[in-house]
Formats: sequence, structure tokens, C-alpha cells
Amino acid sequence: MGEFRMPSLGADMEAGTLVEWLVKPGTMIRRGDVIATVETQKGLFEVEAFEDGTLGPPLVRPGERVPVGAILAMINDEQRAAPPPSPPPRAGERIAASPSARKLAAELGVDLAVISGSGPHGAIQRSDVEQAAELSRQERQAEPPPATQTTLREGMRQAIAAAMSRSNREIPHYYLGMEIDLSRPLGWLEDSNRQRPIRERILPAALLLKGVARALVTVPELNGYWQDNRLQLCADINIGFAIALRGGGLITPAIHHVDRLTLQELMAAMGELIERTRAGRLRSSEMADATITVTNLGDLGVETVYGVIYPPQVALVAFGRIMERPWAESGMLGVRRTVTATLAADHRATDGHRGSQFLEALSRALQEPEKL
Amino acid sequence: MTRDQLREIIFRILKEIAPECAPEELTPDENIRETLDIDSYGFLQMLISISEQTGVEIPESDYSRVFTLGGLLDYLSLRLF
Repeated sequence: MGEFRMPSLGADMEAGTLVEWLVKPGTMIRRGDVIATVETQKGLFEVEAFEDGTLGPPLVRPGERVPVGAILAMINDEQRAAPPPSPPPRAGERIAASPSARKLAAELGVDLAVISGSGPHGAIQRSDVEQAAELSRQERQAEPPPATQTTLREGMRQAIAAAMSRSNREIPHYYLGMEIDLSRPLGWLEDSNRQRPIRERILPAALLLKGVARALVTVPELNGYWQDNRLQLCADINIGFAIALRGGGLITPAIHHVDRLTLQELMAAMGELIERTRAGRLRSSEMADATITVTNLGDLGVETVYGVIYPPQVALVAFGRIMERPWAESGMLGVRRTVTATLAADHRATDGHRGSQFLEALSRALQEPEKL
Repeated sequence: MTRDQLREIIFRILKEIAPECAPEELTPDENIRETLDIDSYGFLQMLISISEQTGVEIPESDYSRVFTLGGLLDYLSLRLF
């Protein structure tokens, strides 16, 4: 018997509200199927099942707010749907229940007479008692008021405040900045875009993300987590991509395996993620997996970004505005389009030398756009 | 298609990208991206929608001509009527 529990969708999440069941009880589900929508301080998410089976009856009603880990429904392992529960026995009849079920019912204060058994001949099993106890416990919680737009924004603000405070408290940050000449990569991108229909046009941001992925292959110590007092490197490069929400708030869902995507695939993934984020349809798996975060504030005109790392990650890469700057090379003065890339890094995991090597690798990777 | 109809099409597109904004209040010389807080992705979406509804694909080399509502209308008008 599996359990479909309220997942953790962020480091500071304590509870979530079940908004809607998307699948009826009795349906066969597979691992990865989206079966419910959940709302947290950070927004609306689609939650996927973690195992195969048949979805049991809901133990949490739409609108209910429950802690992370609370059981939302059971997932039956049997291939067949669970048999319909037999009606409870009439008063006075001996109630068929397994010894362990009786014992548990007595411990939990559950009345066997009101439980429908799912065992052979309608006998009450331990799991039936557990389900009934869970249901009545959750029914006793007060109904939360519906979340309005304002409370959602305030909640998100609080979540961001908590995460950023924690980050600055716990992580000794160091910062490095480098101005990168983008003439070659942007020229290459423009030539490349000229040959594509507008629907397939690629934005410079995709180039920058790919450059980061490349550079992480060279300096892997920035792609991991600081946990248990040591750096734990991640094999996968899942880049948390910062997306600003209209009306305020920031969310950073992950794009998985950026190093393995072509530029076209990456652009499509970014676009799709932005659309789903703004429509409130992100998936739980996208929130937990980022191994590093990249934030691109270039559209707003700031040149340099001094960012804050999202624990337990150990680095944040930020890009400012792409702009024309005077550029001196080989004794000659010209104008080039450049961007300032900054690295905020956890000094427990790496030091400035390694951080500098990362920025060097990033610049080198961007100078060969055809290889990205 | 008249210039006014073109303007309506652009407003509808902008409303989808920036739903809480009022594109009708844009003056001809205001920078669309700055005033409506539209990022480079949103801007590209706007151009894609315009190409779908008018058939005009605006290349990157012409971006500087279409940052304002006036500029955008002039550019499209030239190619449409």
C-alpha cells in the first residue's frame, strides 16, 4: 500500500493547501502522473504520484491546508481497483476485524462499527482503521479561508524573506564579477536566427544558460549542495531559472540536464517553463531539483547583480544587461556588446580562485557559440 | 486593415502578455517594454503573435524601430498597406 503525501516544494515549506483532485478515486495511476493541484506560499503546483497503483479515496478535501508529509490519499498496489467497501454490519452483529485492526482501533479511539472493511468478506483490516483515523483527524481541522490573491502574494513575500534571511545568515558569500565580450556569440546568434522562422527564434538568455552549463563541467564544485558540513557534488546539471512573476514575487523552477540540451531544446524548455509558471502550473519535481540558480536581470538595465544563494545550493550566477560598451583590445578602442556576469558563491565550498576559474570557463564557452 | 484595426490587434496581444496593464494608455513614444514591464521573452511572444495575426515577421535587426507603439504601427503599416 503506497501513500500519496503532501510533498515539500521548497526549503521553507511547512504546509500546503490541496486545491483540486485531478483524478478520481479508483483510477489506475502511474509514477509521474499529475493527480492533484496544491497551493503553497510560492504559488500553485501540480503534484505527481510517486508510485504506480490505484488511487484510493481522498483523505483531504479541496480547500484543506495540511502539513508537509500528511497523507492525501492511499495508493493501492493491486492491479484491480479496490473492491467496493461492504456496508458496515448491523448493530449487535459481531464485527469482522483482524486482531491487529481491533487493537489499533482501541488505541486510536476509532469505532469499528462505522468502518467499512476492505479485507476478505468485508473484514476490517489495520489499513482501514488507519485510513478512518486519518480522515477523522483531518476533518477536525478548521476549514481555512480561501486564499485571495493578496494573501498569496504576502505569503510568497514571507517565504522569500525567510529563505533570503536564512541564506545570508548561514552562508558566507563571496562575490566575483567579470565583463564578458558578447560580440562573437551575439553575432553568431543573429546569423543563426536569421535562418529560422520567428517562432523558433532563440534568445541570448538561452546562450548564457548553456554557457553556464558548459562552465560547470569544467568547475563542478559550484554545482552541488552544502549538507552535513561538506560539499556534495551533483552529477546532473539542473539549473534553477529565476522567473519574475507579474505583480511581484520570484520563483526558480529547474530546467533539467541543461548540459545535454541543444540550444533549440533549451529555448523551448525555458519558454514552456515561463508559460507554466505564469499560469500556475508548475510540477513538484521542478521545484526541488535545482543544483545551481541563474538569474538574468539584463532586461531591466542593471549592470551588475550581487545575488543571494538559495540554500543548500552553493552558487548563484547572475547576468546584468547586455549593452554596448567601449572596449580596448590590442591597443585599439572600439565598441562591443558586453554583459557583466557575477558569481555569488559559498566560501565553505569553494574559494575565489576556483570561482574565477568558473567565470573564465564561462567566458571561453560563450566565445565558441557554435559548440554550445 | 486600417491603422486603427492594427492598433486594436496590438492592444489585444499586449493584454494577453501583460494582463494587469492598460495598453490603450500607451503614448506613441513610450518604450513598450519599459512601460508595461515586459521582458525579452514577453517581447518575443508579442512579435510572434503579431506575425501570426498580420503575417509580418520582424527581424532582430529591426527591433530598434519597434520599441514604441508609434514605431511599431509605422513599421507594420508600411508593410501592410
